[in-house]
Amino acid sequence: MKKIVAKTGNEALAFAMKQIAPDVVAAYPITPSTEVVYTFSSFVADGEVDTEFVAVESEHSAISACIAAAACGARAMTATASQGLALMHEMLFIASALRLPIVMAVVNRTLSAPLNIHCDHSDSLASRDSGWIQLFCANSQEAYDTLIQAVRIAEECYLPVMVTIDGFILSHCMERIEVLSDEEVKDFIKEFKPNYSLLDVDNPITVGPACLPDSYFEHKRAVAEAMRESLPVIEKVSREFGERFGRYYDIMEGYETKDCEVAIIAMGSTYETATVAVDNLREKGEKVGVFKLKTFRPFPHQKILKELREIPVLGVLDRAEPLSSYGGILYTEIRAVLADEKKKPLTASYIYGLGGREITPEEIEEVFEELFLIKEKGKSKEEVGYIGVK
Amino acid sequence: MASLKELVKRKELFSYGHRACAGCGEVLAVRQVLLAAGENVACAMPTGCLEIVSTIYPHTAWQVPIFHSAFENAAATIAGMESAYRALKRRGKITKEIKFIAFGGDGGTYDIGFQALSGAIERRHRFLYVCTDNQAYMNTGIQRSSATPSFADTTTSPAGKKLPGKLQPRKDIVEIVIAHDVPYAAQTTVAFWNDLVTKVEKALSYDGPTFINILVPCPLGWVYPTDRTIEISRLAVETNFWPLYEYENGVYRLNYEPKERKPIEEWLKMQGRFRHLFLPENQKLIEEFQREVDERFARLKRRVAMSG
Repeated sequence: MKKIVAKTGNEALAFAMKQIAPDVVAAYPITPSTEVVYTFSSFVADGEVDTEFVAVESEHSAISACIAAAACGARAMTATASQGLALMHEMLFIASALRLPIVMAVVNRTLSAPLNIHCDHSDSLASRDSGWIQLFCANSQEAYDTLIQAVRIAEECYLPVMVTIDGFILSHCMERIEVLSDEEVKDFIKEFKPNYSLLDVDNPITVGPACLPDSYFEHKRAVAEAMRESLPVIEKVSREFGERFGRYYDIMEGYETKDCEVAIIAMGSTYETATVAVDNLREKGEKVGVFKLKTFRPFPHQKILKELREIPVLGVLDRAEPLSSYGGILYTEIRAVLADEKKKPLTASYIYGLGGREITPEEIEEVFEELFLIKEKGKSKEEVGYIGVK
Repeated sequence: MASLKELVKRKELFSYGHRACAGCGEVLAVRQVLLAAGENVACAMPTGCLEIVSTIYPHTAWQVPIFHSAFENAAATIAGMESAYRALKRRGKITKEIKFIAFGGDGGTYDIGFQALSGAIERRHRFLYVCTDNQAYMNTGIQRSSATPSFADTTTSPAGKKLPGKLQPRKDIVEIVIAHDVPYAAQTTVAFWNDLVTKVEKALSYDGPTFINILVPCPLGWVYPTDRTIEISRLAVETNFWPLYEYENGVYRLNYEPKERKPIEEWLKMQGRFRHLFLPENQKLIEEFQREVDERFARLKRRVAMSG
């Protein structure tokens, strides 16, 4: 029987975390992800979950403890945002290079300065090259479902996974969430049987050695292979989740994109805002569509080629300003994927929503109108567009 | 306490295969600590000499589990390992009794790793933290740390025409750890194996965080011939520069007191890092150094007297 509950995005993540019942959760509070951890600690305090909860003294120690716990063969999870993720930065690389299946909820928030606690994707996108699988969720239901899937993905790929939601927009907004039973979650994630454990004192191993030029390269190459091979695993786990529970999320999805003349692509909650704009314009007969990229790492280049090659004009919406002087991160990556194609869309880069600035369906409609102008001119937009900047 | 006869029969848990410099005090300390601890331990260490000399892939000198992740997080790492152990034991996946030891140099303990150490102790994880204190960042080429004693010549506190080496006295890490209300904390050095082994056994018997600071002379950084490591360690104690003491459940104990305190010159003159102090114009600095040693020792004696 379906169980429907009302939960904020953070509560949905904490509830999933409780059902996953990891061996160790080590965390440090930071807005807007704090609620994930304090809700989870109340589950621990009430005896609803017997996880070893470690309230560490910093995010750096949170991820360090998770890394150590995972090397001991424990299921380890944490949650963070923004400066917290930035403080973890060096450890993110260590987690992936040591092939540790840690799962982390990231509640996207911008990076200082100026100090700002609201949403953009500059925190997780700054971790782009750290070797973490990054799954962006468009709503809290998807976040709940994805966090559960992430455990399987991490453990089958031996790579760490971040599951992200937009700070405040999703994290603090109450939604209708359909939850699974504890047994269904337990059955789906299965028991973790690690390949090795530091706690096997009868068979001692050394983890995290120094590697000189004769061996470092091969280790890094192996992580790159693991990242490449993780995409079919993500698809498989997502498909299995869809078949069992009726909710399926593709690595990249589209809305009204079959016959569209102009389209936009975005990550996170903006996808849903954009569907409203698409509906408004479709009513007026304009052939517009929107794509949502869920899997930012690994970057699904084949899927992007397949889905976007035929689109005449594509606007790429980035909720982060990488200060590249050229365009957003998603934009440059998509441009690179399309670069060698004979048939490819004209493109435009848009930066929006920094530091929590709202984006409205009306603004997205304006973007679509500009994309139609680009179509008429037959030339990609050279300069970066900023949506809603004063 | 294990006798020397017993110890020599034990399995070497820090074995051949490491690449430490001749005369390295740190590897002596690790070997002695592990001999005292026995086999059912799991260890962590930060980045530093110890990691570099003992784990160059695909070799390892460790016959016990060892985890290195980064420089500032040995204590957070051992906390994560101990937490995993608690969880897995509660869930019936581990049955063995395992003890946890973190080894950190003075940089990874006094300085960059200090926050993680303070946090892990405050949370009362059950582990022994061993600081192998060689009084500078030896792994990166002898830069000053907050453990470096006054006037030592290091590459970032060089003795020059205007400045006589490091201007500040060293941080008293043992007292800072004791202020966290630990059940056990101690100071020792590799020349006194008996003292060291006893302290490790005691520390590991406690259900909570414990700390041992071990002075580990470094021939490269201190600038002395490689065969004098034990002699220099012993002289550090005989001059009262490095008293052997322990703190146990609120009680301070001096484990050894030289019958007659030797002058600090004897210890200083063995080391090239203090060579400039023996120039005529620097006589005052040796006097100042002696004053600092005597004051610190007197303070320790007062603590012993007051807590006894």
